[in-house]
Amino acid sequence: MHKKLSAGDKAFHAVNYFVFAVIALLCIFPFYYLFINTISNNDLSSRGLIHFFPQEIHFSNYGQVLHIPGFAHAGLVSLGRTVIGTVLTVGGAAFLGFLFTKQEMWGRKFWYRFIIVTMYFNAGIIPWYITMLNLKLTNNFLAYILPAIVSPFFVILVKTFVESLPAALQESAQIDGAGYWTIFTRIVFPLITPILATIAIFSAVGQWNSFTDTLFLMTDQNLYTLQFVLYKYMNEASSLAAIVRNSSGGQGLDLANLQTPTSIRTTVSMIVVFPILLVYPYFQRFFVKGIMIGAVKG
Amino acid sequence: MQNSIQAQANVKTMSDKKLFHIKSKHTLFLMALPFLVLVFIFSYMPLYGWIYAFYNFRPGIPLSETDFVGLQWFKSIFSNPTQTGEVLRVMRNTVAMSSLNIAASVLPVIFAIFLSEMRSARFKKTVQILTTLPNFISWVLVYSFAFMLFSVDNGLVNQILINLGIIDAGVNFLASDSYTWLKMALWDLWKGLGWGAILYMAAIAGIDQELYEAAKVDGASRFRSIWHITVPGIMPTYFVLLLLTIANFINNGLEQYFVFQNAINKDQIEVLDLYVYNVGLLGSNFSFATAVSMLKSFISIGLLFFANSLSKIVRGESII
Repeated sequence: MHKKLSAGDKAFHAVNYFVFAVIALLCIFPFYYLFINTISNNDLSSRGLIHFFPQEIHFSNYGQVLHIPGFAHAGLVSLGRTVIGTVLTVGGAAFLGFLFTKQEMWGRKFWYRFIIVTMYFNAGIIPWYITMLNLKLTNNFLAYILPAIVSPFFVILVKTFVESLPAALQESAQIDGAGYWTIFTRIVFPLITPILATIAIFSAVGQWNSFTDTLFLMTDQNLYTLQFVLYKYMNEASSLAAIVRNSSGGQGLDLANLQTPTSIRTTVSMIVVFPILLVYPYFQRFFVKGIMIGAVKG
Repeated sequence: MQNSIQAQANVKTMSDKKLFHIKSKHTLFLMALPFLVLVFIFSYMPLYGWIYAFYNFRPGIPLSETDFVGLQWFKSIFSNPTQTGEVLRVMRNTVAMSSLNIAASVLPVIFAIFLSEMRSARFKKTVQILTTLPNFISWVLVYSFAFMLFSVDNGLVNQILINLGIIDAGVNFLASDSYTWLKMALWDLWKGLGWGAILYMAAIAGIDQELYEAAKVDGASRFRSIWHITVPGIMPTYFVLLLLTIANFINNGLEQYFVFQNAINKDQIEVLDLYVYNVGLLGSNFSFATAVSMLKSFISIGLLFFANSLSKIVRGESII
């Protein structure tokens, strides 16, 4: 039912479309700009001459940056913490959220608050660092995983979700003599997969993007993550470009695809952001759902 | 009356279950215990580290062999002129940037209001997807974007400005000490605008459409409907988020400021969290940094309670 638009309405919509198109463009343009610089002639790109369209397209940068010492390893560390961390965070949140729906748990209210209040305070960086030091978790891969297992916000999400399920399902299983573990794995877990998917996405993005824990705790290069090496490369791009130029022997390479500081920075950035871009379109609705459920609880 | 009969009936079935309950309540607790231990280790044990604020602690030397100095570090924050100056400078940065962020918090509201006025559902969805994306990249990547777009010799912005003849030579936007607070707020806005609007979009979608139709029948213009229906409809949501922002007023984190920090903008960009890191972990002045972050924790708990009681007064319910 298209009603006739008044002139004022037309003008309103025109302005509105224009402004939102500009905002959307501003949000997306840096991604595009970085990408066209990774696939353009490296010499032009390093002189800042690639503005809106790629020139002399080639994809050799993506193969060449793998020659940066430690880069591929950092990718493995990032991948490892993302996969292991996400699995354990989801598992922990699911199980703990389920347990806290059980009224009969000893001290349920107290222990629930014991976890939730940690959202609102922390001791500060220094005491936390010293604690990690005493626990031998500096320069230790477990430091990426263990602190993430219990995440109060995710526990709230699961608890709220389980409470919204019909109680009869669990009760009937209980009457049949099923223990908590059986009820959790056979009945509750399959039903809460929608919320677990949301948590998995949030947790995976969080693990992938995490930067400060490496900064605080890791001096061992074998534990550097992609985010951390990207930060380092931003400042060391010139020397890295030289290393890559030497290690690939320079055969068959001319100015157009020799590594420059700019090509190192842009290509590494693109590789770091690529997984996010890959999953984002499919999971956008999960993100939205997550923030909504969180908001209901407040 | 009916209730008490029901309750009596329940008592019977309850007593059958009682044995099961006594056993199960401890089973449940034991199942949760490993997780509770993790929380204790990573969230509560660091609190013990606050005692470092009362010692002259040096990393590598056991606490038992270091001097107990009492409140010396706390006193020096207020009595040592250099340290007072530093803390004041850092507080000014923190307050300035948090205030800018609070001022910018109406922008997602405006964004959501005008976006929901759009008629094309597809356009709305596309705009939402594109504007939410920056929220999911790390600050390191934002810095990389900033570097590419604004670097002095080959950055896009400088190139365009030079081509247009607006400037003669590249401006160093990143290594500059002017408008640092504003620049940080703008990057924050770039990253968070679309994401921040999602909640408001949902709140607007929840407003009864009949209100708009009734207003239209009464001859209300678009802007009158927005002002009298949409705005009151999303005020509760805005208010809750505002209170949370106030509660986090001095917790502006350090990642963003750390990656954008350089020798030139350091005086403007150093917020409390970054200062504690710089002084404590980099400068190895653990005890002083702990004292500063302890004060910070107390202020921030105070702000949380302030925001919470404000919420109780205005909305009748708490936010935590």
